[in-house]
Amino acid sequence: MSGFRLPGRGRVNHDRPVGFSFDGDSYQGLEGDTVASALLANGVHLMGRSFKYHRPRGVVTAGPEEPNALLGTSRGEGRSEPNTRATMQEIYSGLTTTSQNRFPSLNFDLGAVNDHLGMLFSAGFYYKTFMWPKSFWDRVYEPVIRRAAGLGVSPSEPDPDTYASRFVHCDVLVVGAGPAGLAAALSAGRAGARTLLIDEGAESGGSLLSEPQAVIDGKPAWDWLSSALDELDGMVNVTVLSRTTAIGYYHQNMVGLVQRLTDHLAEPPADAPRERMLRVRADQVVLAQGAIEKPLVFDGNDRPGVMLAGAALTYLNRYGVRVGDRPVVLTSHDSAWYTAFDLSDAGVPVAGIVDTRTDVDLDLLENARSRGIVIYTGHTASSTAGRLRVTSLRVNPILNGKAGPGVTIECDAVLMCGGWTPSLHLFSHTKGSLRWDEETRTYLPGERTEEVHIAGAGRGLWGTGAALADGADAGAKAADAAGHSADVSQFDVTGDRGGTGASNVELPTDRNPATAKAFIDFQNDVTAKDIRLAVREGMHSIEHVKRYTTNGMATDQGKLSNINGLMIASDALGRNAPEVGLTTFRPPYSPTTFGAFCGYHRGERFEVIRTTPIDPWAEENGAVFEPVALWRRARYFPQPGEDMHTAVNRECAATRKSLGIFDASTLGKIEVAGPDAVEFMNRMYTNPWTKLGVGRCRYGLLLGEDGFIRDDGVIGRLSPDLFHVTTTTGGAPRVLAMMEDYLQTEWPDLKVWLTSTTEQWATIALNGPNARKLLEPLVEGQDLSDDAFPHMSVAECTVAGFPARLFRISFTGELGFEVNVPARHGLDLWKTLMAEGAQYDICPYGTETMHVLRAEKGYIIVGQDTDGTVTPQDAGLSWAIGKAKPDFVGKRSLARPDLVASGRKQLVGLMTVDPKTVLEEGAQIVADPNQPIPMKMIGHVTSSYWSEALGRSIAMAVVEDGFERKGDTLHIPMPDKTHAAVVSGTVFYDPEGDRLKL
Amino acid sequence: MLLIHCPYCDETLPEAEFVYAGEAHIARPEDPSTYDDEAWRDFLFIRTNARGRHFERWRHTHGCGRFFNAVRDTVSDRFLLTYRAGEPRPSDAELEELAK
Repeated sequence: MSGFRLPGRGRVNHDRPVGFSFDGDSYQGLEGDTVASALLANGVHLMGRSFKYHRPRGVVTAGPEEPNALLGTSRGEGRSEPNTRATMQEIYSGLTTTSQNRFPSLNFDLGAVNDHLGMLFSAGFYYKTFMWPKSFWDRVYEPVIRRAAGLGVSPSEPDPDTYASRFVHCDVLVVGAGPAGLAAALSAGRAGARTLLIDEGAESGGSLLSEPQAVIDGKPAWDWLSSALDELDGMVNVTVLSRTTAIGYYHQNMVGLVQRLTDHLAEPPADAPRERMLRVRADQVVLAQGAIEKPLVFDGNDRPGVMLAGAALTYLNRYGVRVGDRPVVLTSHDSAWYTAFDLSDAGVPVAGIVDTRTDVDLDLLENARSRGIVIYTGHTASSTAGRLRVTSLRVNPILNGKAGPGVTIECDAVLMCGGWTPSLHLFSHTKGSLRWDEETRTYLPGERTEEVHIAGAGRGLWGTGAALADGADAGAKAADAAGHSADVSQFDVTGDRGGTGASNVELPTDRNPATAKAFIDFQNDVTAKDIRLAVREGMHSIEHVKRYTTNGMATDQGKLSNINGLMIASDALGRNAPEVGLTTFRPPYSPTTFGAFCGYHRGERFEVIRTTPIDPWAEENGAVFEPVALWRRARYFPQPGEDMHTAVNRECAATRKSLGIFDASTLGKIEVAGPDAVEFMNRMYTNPWTKLGVGRCRYGLLLGEDGFIRDDGVIGRLSPDLFHVTTTTGGAPRVLAMMEDYLQTEWPDLKVWLTSTTEQWATIALNGPNARKLLEPLVEGQDLSDDAFPHMSVAECTVAGFPARLFRISFTGELGFEVNVPARHGLDLWKTLMAEGAQYDICPYGTETMHVLRAEKGYIIVGQDTDGTVTPQDAGLSWAIGKAKPDFVGKRSLARPDLVASGRKQLVGLMTVDPKTVLEEGAQIVADPNQPIPMKMIGHVTSSYWSEALGRSIAMAVVEDGFERKGDTLHIPMPDKTHAAVVSGTVFYDPEGDRLKL
Repeated sequence: MLLIHCPYCDETLPEAEFVYAGEAHIARPEDPSTYDDEAWRDFLFIRTNARGRHFERWRHTHGCGRFFNAVRDTVSDRFLLTYRAGEPRPSDAELEELAK
């Protein structure tokens, strides 16, 4: 039996010892222990070092609000977790835990030197200390701070666990399974409402687990708890989830829950998810989250062994652990007196009860006296002593508001209580207003914005009886509102404990307050004097005080510190607390793993991957793929020994020499059909469509209403009322949405129907001087001769026996065809073309070669050569504008003053002076390379490739007044050297276009 | 996540099915060429940016695909009303009635 365990006491299983390790040493706890309770049972209080000063710290709480006892836990590669709260992590056989934020060891930490450099780290030190000299920031300050700061170490391996997610709908969601939550669930469940009751802890019961003395409906509290849980378990309409945290309360009663499924198991099932995110949409929500105990603020209140009195009560009654051999209680609230009584009754000699109040309930005084406990009412605490564990508390009588002469109380634990703060985090997420309650000097829930009911200690009520009654009432109201007529369950409670208290700022001291280390935020090392300094330095808003001091900004989100910080700030400002206000609580309520948010969306399921019908062939034939929008596209087809450059050069040469084949299935396709199709096309696209004959195609340019290029593509007219529109690969959904918008909302009178047909067609592009020779014998129903089927033609026919829409178009400058067949025939057609094309040395090519070939011809790619600020004029595409048309989307904007002004960036070609230099895409361009830095940048490179056909590099760029700079030499400064390039036109290859006319 | 009522499907569905589509009741002029530069600038770029009741467009993109109008309070992020495209803008009096 461990030294501090009380035999037979608590809810832990005394027959089931569990071995685990902390900082390499083996410890034994019991089934049902948390790491914190098991370590305390072994007499270990020191569990970590603080963030800034590296002060030794012990566990302060017994719950999710723990600021100090943050450990690293590990169960093998990739399964390590920093900042695990020792108060929440259940032990299991083989659990490995380590303390954080210390070097070389927890007992002897070099970083603790910061504690003596406190002046450097006072409020706002981020903004003051490291400002000079400026050059030190990058090289000295930041690296040192980064190494010293932070909590724990992130795992460096991929997380091997899986995470699940689920949507849940219910009538009533009850958050918190303490007395109020249990009563609410009973009321709602009995009324037949679909009820979900959740609690963050391993066990339901909340405060009942720590206060077993009450008698409910004639049963001891723990017996009543089992019967209540049994009853809930027996209702088909009620679900109870433990180890489940409500992390955020979102609009319209959506609450995010994270359920921890395996972190408490020694041997998790191999296929079990580690956590599950539940997105709950509840008709009604009952928040029964209880209240969080407030620390007292005095010098040395962070020494290991100083903890909250309510936590000590939990360790005693729930875990059967006494937190010391000689504890002293320091309080301003009745509740801590009961900790002293229960400890004393368990045989622990209590060194005294120190209460800041002079007026204490006579029953409490009598109870203390009868146990022989020394009482110090009207006393303050001025300091503690002890290095790695508290050894004494110095207390002083308060005389006229000032501290009198001090007395030292020898002790090994200080159990403090500064009152209780209703837990309003989730309520605040809803933007519900908070109401200051002067009597309890705390915030209570005010106006609601959601269908939410708050019950029990969460709205300032005290005691088991009150919580049960209020919970039952809230549960019934919620069930009623959700359409189930409910009775308010009644509970008869005896043995309840009362609780009133007083509120303090820093406790008065007879010592110099300027040297006091009286902590408010333990995790971020914020002291009372930091808050006062921040106010003195002009931070008059609580939001500024928070950010300047970092109070409440640690992973515990100010659960312990916010109200103490507010009290001291309002005292320093000389204003009432409600005038100062409270900082905003934001989700998540407690730190949440990325895994829980990701859920199933990781690895292959991170994003949809779209593949074309020809993708399997590409894969078999060794294609290197690249993502384009959501598509997976073949980038190039390397032959043995080839790198990308060699493969692309070969693919380019083969296409220009004889024949290339390219999978263009990803091209966006939209059918525009209906009697008003031509009118619609006239209004959407810049080009004129009325005179485009059936069987003919045209390059279409789509602008936004602001006049900038949005998309482009070749559009064929298949019949007077049917257009086959193609779009860029990435632009298809956008273009369709834009067309739908205009059609539905601006021109609902037009009789037009729009259909996305991208995935209905497989599209194969054949390019090269032998393209027609390959196709001709395979095509039925269309004469392919240049006369019958000239460049920019479209026809419906069959290709290799498959029904096809055949286009004669080119994105390479070679004789080109694009064959569209129903997607299910795409792979067969591809294989047929490959087989028949062997006689012409047909060469499959990928997107990289496609890019080079189109750039050689100066064909733009929207989104690469344009960026949303490029007009048709800027891109040299004025020819594509139907100037005679009265209107089209974007037309009016082309006359906007800024769009016709000089100095616009225009698309030009760039020929590097050194033909071997391939510029970097995105590189900035300057006119004078010798101008002082920062240079005036006049444009950037948009496309740049090695052109095998020309035996030199080519590039396109947008350059200020680029059209007027033709022939000028511009400069592209790069880290290694500055490249010179001459401005040219954008058509580098076959400027006459003769090769299209074969 | 908000719940949004699609006036075409007549169902209240999660926000994930919808996309926002900018301020409502800004009609494209019949003949933009009659607009001077300032009027055209206002049509293109100047928006109400309301604090409070805002008339806006949404599209039930993962449902019926229809564009519709909505009145949403930008402070509380609550929908007061959704209605079909082309229906008149509800009057303040109607909205006051709804807000009760």
